[in-house]
Amino acid sequence: MAEFNLPKNSRYTEGKSWPKPAGSNVTAFRIYRWNPEDGQNPKIDTYYVDRDDCGPMVLDALIWIKNNVDSTLTFRRSCREGICGSCAMNIMGQNTLACTLGIDECESDTVKIYPLPHMPVVKDLVPDLTQFYAQHAAVEPWLQTQSPEPEKEWRQTPEDRQKLDGLYECILCACCSTSCPSYWWNGDKFLGPAALLQAYRWLIDSRDESTGERLDALHDPFKLYRCHTIMNCANTCPKGLNPAKAIAEIKKMMVERLV
Amino acid sequence: MADKNVSMRTPLSRVKGLGAAGHGVEHWWVQRLTAVANVPLLIAFVIIVAALAGSNYARALAIVSHPLIAIILLLAVISVVNHMRLGMQVIIEDYVQDNGWRIVAVVANNFYTAVIGAACVFAILKVSLGRILL
Repeated sequence: MAEFNLPKNSRYTEGKSWPKPAGSNVTAFRIYRWNPEDGQNPKIDTYYVDRDDCGPMVLDALIWIKNNVDSTLTFRRSCREGICGSCAMNIMGQNTLACTLGIDECESDTVKIYPLPHMPVVKDLVPDLTQFYAQHAAVEPWLQTQSPEPEKEWRQTPEDRQKLDGLYECILCACCSTSCPSYWWNGDKFLGPAALLQAYRWLIDSRDESTGERLDALHDPFKLYRCHTIMNCANTCPKGLNPAKAIAEIKKMMVERLV
Repeated sequence: MADKNVSMRTPLSRVKGLGAAGHGVEHWWVQRLTAVANVPLLIAFVIIVAALAGSNYARALAIVSHPLIAIILLLAVISVVNHMRLGMQVIIEDYVQDNGWRIVAVVANNFYTAVIGAACVFAILKVSLGRILL
């Protein structure tokens, strides 16, 4: 059956409460900690961040904690401007990018931060996304053609190019796939919203000559049809994209070649 | 995910698995088709059941054996039972991860709906045709 309870070794306990800095403008951060080397269950540590000394975003607070309080706190980050997708995590119950979410936007004295849900954890806030990336690779996200290569580029009308808007912006942060219950229960077989959005990006590309083969590869009860339009993906996407709509369009293409 | 630590297959090989089944669109399409068909058929079904309420045996027989009503009831049973079978299968595929149990559940679902459907169709035909043949 689908797992509705955390396995015993994943149930978290109360962790350390770190010292509170002086000053009146302090926000608490309750952060999921797990160390693969100590053999213990995950813990929720409490950190206090001096907001007058810290940038406005949740990622700023995490970096502040790492620099000033606890250097062992582990998380991924790179561009700090919502284009690399590294700092995707579950903040206040919603998957998003720590770098584009303001601490004020959390609207709470206590900001709760967990890793992306239902993924194996490498350490603290770092999930293992190996399978997620393999799913992206499985949809063969590149231009496929049989016609002789043109001397210059493959040409496309502005109208056809516009069809890629709302699709090409995906940064593969995994917020959508890890918010999807269908992906939680059947993530080994269901490709998930992120990979399917990319699949649609190539299905709808006017230059691509493998549309039929691409549809064949998705025509499966699990790979595509585990999507039940739950819409968590569209709700959580930090880039404001709509994977659910892209998947619905794939289902429409499937029917189009059937009926 | 279960074989993550014991298998040396690459992540891509694991994700590709046994490949695409080449099925799914018919299931999805017929589920939508029966959903649309259920709307008028169930409205008609409710009206028929309301008309039957309080009537005696002879009158009930007369209503159900009317060709138009019998055909509506037959169509309603076929559409609803098929919709039930397809919907239940989706739920089983969502929540039953174990391969063995999933097959057992899907088989049981198919048998159950086949028996329910056959019983309903037989009952309607018996009432309807029984009157004509007598």
